[in-house]
Amino acid sequence: MKFSEQWLREWVNPQVSTDALSEQLSMAGLEVDGVEPVAADFSGVVVGKVVECGQHPNADKLRVTKINVGEEELLDIVCGAPNCREGLKVAVAKVGAVLPGDFKIKKAKLRGEPSHGMLCSFSELGMGEDHSGIIELPADAELGMDIRDYLNLDDNIIEVDLTPNRADCLGIRGLAREVGVLNSADVTEPTIDDVEASIDDKLAITLSAPEACPRYLGRVICNVDVKAESPLWLKEKLRRCGVRSIDPIVDVTNYVLLELGQPLHAFNLDAIDGNINVRLAHAGEQLTLLDENTVELKDNTLVIADDHKALAMAGIFGGLHSGVNEETKHILLESAFFNRDAIAGRARQYGLHTDASHRYERGVDPLLQHKAMQRATALILEICGGQPGPVVEAVEESALPVSSDVVLRRARLSRVLGIDIADDKVTDILTRLGLDVTVTEAGWEAKAPSYRFDIAIEEDLIEEVARVYGYNSIPDQAPKGSLKMLDSKESDIPASRFKTELTARGYVEAITYSFVDPKIQNALFPEQPGMVLPHPISSDMSVMRVSLWPGLLGATAYNQKRQQSRVRLMETGLRFLPDESAPNGVRQELVIAGVIAGRRSEESWLSDDNSVDFFDIKGDVEAILALTANTQSVEFVAASHSALHPGMTAEVLLNGKSIGYGGAVHPQFSKLLGVNGRVFVFELDLKAISVRNLPQAKAISRFPANRRDIAITVKDEITVGAILSFVENIGVNQLVGLNLFDIYKGKGVEPGFKSLALSLVLQDPDKTLEEAEIQQAVETVVKGLENEFGAALRE
Amino acid sequence: MELEAIISQARSQIDAAEDAATLDQVRVEFMGKKGKLTDLLKGLGKLSNEERPAAGQKINVAKQQIQELISVKGEALRSAELNAKLAEEAVDVSAPGRVELPGNLHPVTRTISRIEQFFGELGFAVKTGPEVEDSFHNFDALNIPANHPARADHDTFYFNPDVMLRTQTSGVQIRTMETEKPPLRIISPGRVYRNDYDQTHTPMFHQVEGLMVDRNVNFAELKGILHEFLENFFEESLEVRFRPSYFPFTEPSAEVDVRRKGGKWLEVLGCGMVHPNVLKAVNIDPEEFTGFAFGMGVERLTMLRYGVNDLRAFFENDLRFLKQFN
Repeated sequence: MKFSEQWLREWVNPQVSTDALSEQLSMAGLEVDGVEPVAADFSGVVVGKVVECGQHPNADKLRVTKINVGEEELLDIVCGAPNCREGLKVAVAKVGAVLPGDFKIKKAKLRGEPSHGMLCSFSELGMGEDHSGIIELPADAELGMDIRDYLNLDDNIIEVDLTPNRADCLGIRGLAREVGVLNSADVTEPTIDDVEASIDDKLAITLSAPEACPRYLGRVICNVDVKAESPLWLKEKLRRCGVRSIDPIVDVTNYVLLELGQPLHAFNLDAIDGNINVRLAHAGEQLTLLDENTVELKDNTLVIADDHKALAMAGIFGGLHSGVNEETKHILLESAFFNRDAIAGRARQYGLHTDASHRYERGVDPLLQHKAMQRATALILEICGGQPGPVVEAVEESALPVSSDVVLRRARLSRVLGIDIADDKVTDILTRLGLDVTVTEAGWEAKAPSYRFDIAIEEDLIEEVARVYGYNSIPDQAPKGSLKMLDSKESDIPASRFKTELTARGYVEAITYSFVDPKIQNALFPEQPGMVLPHPISSDMSVMRVSLWPGLLGATAYNQKRQQSRVRLMETGLRFLPDESAPNGVRQELVIAGVIAGRRSEESWLSDDNSVDFFDIKGDVEAILALTANTQSVEFVAASHSALHPGMTAEVLLNGKSIGYGGAVHPQFSKLLGVNGRVFVFELDLKAISVRNLPQAKAISRFPANRRDIAITVKDEITVGAILSFVENIGVNQLVGLNLFDIYKGKGVEPGFKSLALSLVLQDPDKTLEEAEIQQAVETVVKGLENEFGAALRE
Repeated sequence: MELEAIISQARSQIDAAEDAATLDQVRVEFMGKKGKLTDLLKGLGKLSNEERPAAGQKINVAKQQIQELISVKGEALRSAELNAKLAEEAVDVSAPGRVELPGNLHPVTRTISRIEQFFGELGFAVKTGPEVEDSFHNFDALNIPANHPARADHDTFYFNPDVMLRTQTSGVQIRTMETEKPPLRIISPGRVYRNDYDQTHTPMFHQVEGLMVDRNVNFAELKGILHEFLENFFEESLEVRFRPSYFPFTEPSAEVDVRRKGGKWLEVLGCGMVHPNVLKAVNIDPEEFTGFAFGMGVERLTMLRYGVNDLRAFFENDLRFLKQFN
């Protein structure tokens, strides 16, 4: 909320500077977001009167005027404003004046006519945007008076960002009370006298939903001149609170809203058919609002209705049909109390948010309606004339909120805050806040005033005491807790360990958005639907990722476009797989994924110039899987995946269960993804690999190991994985090492076949192996390969 | 006389030898089977018994002398040869090595790890939870009933009225308190989502929230732990102030500002004493236990710590940006 500092100071005027005041408010929980002067810096501008106003002889749009600024001589000033006319009181920048932007006013000639000054618009004085014409001052403005004094321009607009619990401060009255509390200063409310009825016109009011609207005041005012102009002081006060002047009726209701915090509404009396009924809307009932949009009402919405139709959405927005317009002669003024629960959330369900709904859904003082009605009546009569009828009040006392006694225990206060605050200090703070305080043996009992409807439980009082006492007056303490060790399992591998391993292998961690472009995701994963966000930021961030690949590939393209051709990125995070049987209809699985593209190593005088291939990404996956100390349970099997190259796709199995995929991105997606060259990716279920086997030490053999190399030829389609796994499990006890050290195709090997070179390392824990035993072991392996795969030993 | 000449001759030949082969020739010439000293020794037989020992002694001394010269020279030659070989093998150590430079963690992760470490040392366990969350854990249990104005302030991404992307990691606190009983000390880092995108907002960002519940946890301790944390995090002595604020799930609530020497106040986190309604929602008796909670924006802390000016840089994943956080 924005407010005028001077307006506040009319109510309470502690001897503190603007800065100190702002600091006080912020430190009391009413955070000041900004302070700006109400007008720009200028000098030498005074009140003047247009004594003569004639056509400029050489310019159609200019006028030559004589201006009286209370001095002996009249000033000749040329003016181009359309509203410049004889008799008008104006703001005159005299010769020597300095306007905002260091604009100095000098004697000049305009199209041949002398001009000794300038008549100013609001925008020229840095008082808002209005530059449609010159400022029109009231007829009683004193000639020659400095305009800064006359308009009270040494004022600031202070913007406070109020938290939802402090709706009582959504008006000058509440802010003044708060400032009064903080400074122990007196608050002077303006006198608001009752305006007696001069006519008998009135409407009956029925409260059909008293729980929602326990108090409704209506007052007829006849013969108002809605075309009257709001006075400058009123417009200025509104402007300094960030509210535009509309017409005098709206201006007055806004003024009272800003001053007291009570929303008001005015109806065109002639548009009301019968009497007033405050009721819940019928489902589907239509109402055209003041902004000319028609809404279909829900039956949770309170409306102000006449005998036949809804007139307005209660506490939220007026209706167009019953709205005040230029033809309106008689009005019905409403000042009502709606319960918070009846308004909260209702505006939002229609996509609305108004000053009234903002206040009602946070709470309004239930005892304020009379005062606001009288204040508004008086102002309307002053500006628009008219005859007021009697104030008709409908009230359901039992449905009005009552403030109950809240108990504050001394022991609880100390326990929660961690300090002891002197009893009389606590009593003083609560009393200053307007609470009705009784000191008891255990502490205090306090009844909150009607405007502090946020105070309902003991914690509310603790907060109030702490806040006024000053959070920063409470000394820091070190927390005391029991020294309990955190549970930890050695077999758990933290996600950070995998990331560290990948960073050691040159990967940089990325964080990509959890929502991705459905075009890309659907192309890569046509069979896996994602969760669609009904209201996304943009269409390319509108579906929850089912894999980290769309994000990582996006980042790859982004970097390649910026001359970063060697990409190694990884990410951990959740993927979101819709699943009816999972909580909230989605499986949220933690995965680790990576992408590589470009050169195998940075260009260097030492390196080869090769690009990465399948076995680079596979090696990275093998490296992180090695952390599980369970590699013998891991298998890479050829598989197919919608996003991957059909000949370079591996499904990773752990104990026979799929835990992820790795491979080359299918080249058909390169264009869509915007990536260059071969790109390789992997993604693994992080939970599945986050458990490692604990070491179980075996004695190291003291006897020599023997290596025997064999070369075999097998058919091309037989996989190396199958052969290695077969040899490992063939049952040769002394086999302690197995390594594939060459794969060869070409000259010397029959087409359709490949040659594999294997080294077998044999060792016995208890003795040195005899040559015969070694031979026998090798023989077992070779025979086994012959039988299983039709392998032939190459000589 | 003859002996002196031989030694002198041998010395000059040894000095002149430039390689092992030449040196060996010198050795043969003087001490070989037909060498000059060997000849002299053979000539001893012609001497009288009286003369023989002294003459023999002299020859042996000369032999030792020459032997010594040869061995010193041999050592010198071998060492010269090795040096020559090593010199040949010398590399330019200033040329770049065969390195795969390590990559690095994302700056957001880096900040989260630091926070986890600070609080981990005080016994705070790290807890995580789902990002697609239900309204009970994201709102209701946190004392934000339906229609509460705070819900509107959250710019929530809803899938339906009951399911949404979490707007805060506080739901993890609820999930933890549902299954574990006090005393509790936890922090929950993670992604959170708000439907807002401009210069200073991204629709996804990271929070770390902390919670401590025990029999007598108090506000002064909350101030103490956060003050200490901020000084550790920024590694400098900072002015810290606690400003009253409002969060539905804490009361009293505060926002915390820091100020560096000569700087402006910057808001860095929010905190407060756990609201009794939150404890009740998870069946913890607020009369028996009290707690404090705090929450901080990771990107904001990271920006302040490392001088990052544009929030959006965190999610563009430009390698040139990321690699600065090695």
